[in-house]
Parts: sequence; structure tokens; C-alpha cells
Amino acid sequence: MSRAALLVLADGRFPAGGHAHSGGAEEAVKAGRITGAGDLEDFCRGRLHTAGLVAASLSAAAALGVPPTDLDAAADARTASPALRAAARRLGRQLTRAARAVWPSDELDALAREFPKGAHQPVVLGLTARAAGLGPADAAHCAAYESVSGPATATVRLLGLDPFDATRVLARLAPELDRVADAAVEAAARVRHDGCGALPAAGAPLLEIGGEVHAAWAVRLFAS
Amino acid sequence: MSGTGGGVRARARVLARRREAGGTCLPVLESDGPLALRRTRGSGDEARVVLVGAMSGPHDGDRFRVDAEAEAGARLRVQSAAATLALPGQGEGEARYDVRVRVAAGAEVCWMPEPLISVRGSRLRMRTTAEVEAGGRLVLREEQILGRAGEEPGRLISRLTVCAGGVCLLDQELDCGPGAPGGWDGPAVLAGHRAVGQIVVVRPEFAERPVTSRRIGDTCAVLPLAGPAALVTAVAADGLRLRRLLDDGLAAAG
Repeated sequence: MSRAALLVLADGRFPAGGHAHSGGAEEAVKAGRITGAGDLEDFCRGRLHTAGLVAASLSAAAALGVPPTDLDAAADARTASPALRAAARRLGRQLTRAARAVWPSDELDALAREFPKGAHQPVVLGLTARAAGLGPADAAHCAAYESVSGPATATVRLLGLDPFDATRVLARLAPELDRVADAAVEAAARVRHDGCGALPAAGAPLLEIGGEVHAAWAVRLFAS
Repeated sequence: MSGTGGGVRARARVLARRREAGGTCLPVLESDGPLALRRTRGSGDEARVVLVGAMSGPHDGDRFRVDAEAEAGARLRVQSAAATLALPGQGEGEARYDVRVRVAAGAEVCWMPEPLISVRGSRLRMRTTAEVEAGGRLVLREEQILGRAGEEPGRLISRLTVCAGGVCLLDQELDCGPGAPGGWDGPAVLAGHRAVGQIVVVRPEFAERPVTSRRIGDTCAVLPLAGPAALVTAVAADGLRLRRLLDDGLAAAG
């Protein structure tokens, strides 16, 4: 694996549109569930162990070479909110475009043909890692990190939170993030024998409900 | 039922079959120890069964399983007489409660039990799996109450998987209570709500005309799934408010 390639893929400035999404933080801020750094940490921790774990395992499985169609269907089943499914596909399409330009690969070309409207972003992320010569653990770390870095950055803008505080939240979550990535890789390795049912299905009711609430707003700062 | 090895093992089973003359009969209705199934008066073509807890539990270490199946054209409704209490006990490790529902083409199952209450100190892993053949119909409700009034909950891991026409449309797990991964009670997951529930509705006509997604208040939503199914999902302060939200959601799903 190339450590530098991992940095390129995980960079928040990688041009795949992620900065436009708050991962549910915008709705949680408006509803009063996030009011400061403490709530943000709780929010991110909950998201990491639910949506983050699921995304990380999907990415790891895609990086291992599990067929993306199977993983995309598994992602649908684990994303009850149609607004969140649409957001994941939009992000997936943007990442596909960027990844094909950065790390051209037959598998990414095939994915783009099969999912013209975009596959779920974590699946694309896993295939992108593969194209970049990275492994399942790298893909899982990327997905797990994205699941918390998005909300943390968004909250800086939404609440005027001190960026030092927001980044400290991420640093404090780092050990748990490693454990989530490990669990994701372990689950992904079981898919070949046990099918996609072996992937974690951890859900967060308020993220799903909040995703619908947010999508219905006329004016919003973030796309999701 | 068997009681060796510290925990109670029990498996109950019901099979619904369409009668030639109309209506639904139950060629299999097996109770087992703490899981008692009673046939009650149904309505129209529907057979109705009530799950009666003949003992308390599940306690730690118990293994419960209920199988409900409706063959082609049969209509089955399963209810329960009272809430199920997950309780601590002397048994080894967590309790397990598996529910498997199978619905054939042209059949309909309404699985509408009373809530599960996760009592302080208990450890339960619940697994509900529904398989609906293409053309089958299902309404399945699950309600989890985290602790009795004013009580901290036990550890509850509950996974719900629904497949229709061979495709898995919903796979969702909730892990909460002491020892669960961090953040379960925080602003992304439950935010202090002590009642959480869902109703899954599978109907062939949803393939052509999916439900429109909508919100019921701030803590309940009706969601079209990626197939002929819809999910009503809600969190609430208590079981009464939860039931109201879920009922409204089900009515909105049409």
C-alpha cells in the first residue's frame, strides 16, 4: 500500500463534493441536539458506531473485490431514508468522476456504466481505494473518518464553533475510529462466505428521521 | 422446551393455510413452555393468534424462537397478550429471541406484538427476520421500551431484516443500553428518547406506487424503501407516545 495515496484520498480537499454535506449535523443543530463541542462529540461518536461502521464495512468489502452491485443493494437495505439514499448516490457519482480522472481503472469504468446515477458513496470509495493500490483497511479508515469529519467541519460553520474544539473532537475519537475500521474489515472478510448479511447493519433512528426532516427544508446550508 | 444448561430453550410455531372453503386454518399451532400460542376469533378470512407469555422472560441465557408462516393465500394475524420483559437472570450470557416470519405469494401476515421492555440489568439479543415471496403482504411492528418507568435500560441488541421477492430491503440493528457502543443515547441515535419502534409494510402495489415519504412530527417518518415496502420509524419519550406516532405513520402509509 502507498501511505501517500491514502493521504490523497482522505484529504478533505479531494474534489468529490463531500464538503457540501453535514452528515445530519445541520438538522441536529437546528433541532437543538447539538449546541457545542460536547454534543458534537456525542453526535460524532453515535454516527461513527452506526452509519460510520456500516460505510466502513461496505468500503472494505468493495476494496476486497466483493461485487459492487451486491454491496450497493446492501447499502440500500441499511439506509431506510430515501433522502439519505439519494445523497449517498449523489456523492457516489461525484466520487466516481473524480476517481476515474485521478486513478483510471476498468473497475471504476464498469461501475460508472452500471450506475449512471451513482452507486452508494462507500462502495465507490472502496473501489477507488482499490484503484489507488490501497487495501480494505485503508478504505475502512477513510470511510470511518469521513463519517465524523464531515459533521465536525459542518458544525464549525453552523454554530461558529472554534475549529480547534472541533478538531479536538476528531482527535479524541481516533482510537474508537481505529476499532471501528478493524471491525469493518473483519466483517467485510466474512462476506465472501456468509454473504452481505455478514455486514454490520447498525442504524441510527434520528439520523434517518432527521435526513427526511432536513430534505424537506426550503433553505439549507448543506445538501444533507 | 428444555431447561438444561442454565437457560430455558423454547420454540413455538404457527403455520397458516388457506382453506378450500374459504378462510384460514392453522394446521400447526405449537406452544412451548413460556411461549404459548392461542387461537382467538379472527375476522373474515383471517386467522388470529395471540402469543401469551406463560412465564416471565426471556431471562439471561434463555433461547426463545417463534416461527410464523403463511402459505399461499392464507391470512394470519399474530398479537401478544402483554408486553415482553427482557429480565436479568442467573443464566450464562445474553438471552436470545429469534422471530422468523415467512409469507408466501398471495398470503398476508400481520405481526403486531406488544412492546419489548428492556429491564435494567438484562441482556437480550433479538433477531427478527421476515421473508416475503413476490406477491405476499406483510405488516410487522416492533417496539422497544428502554427500561420500565424511570429505570435505566438493560443491554438490547435488536436486528430487523426484511426480504421481499428474494431481495433484502431492510437490514437494521439497534444496539443500546449499558455496554453498547458510545453515542447510542446521543444526538445522532436516540437523544434520550426511551421508546423506539418501527413498522414495516410490504405490499406488491408499492412496486408501482411507492408511498410518499413524510414526517409525523419531529421524531417519526414514513419512508419508502428501495423495493415494494415502506418503513415507519419513530422515537418517543414513552411507549404510549410511540404507539400513537406509529399508528399515525401506518395510516399515512395507506
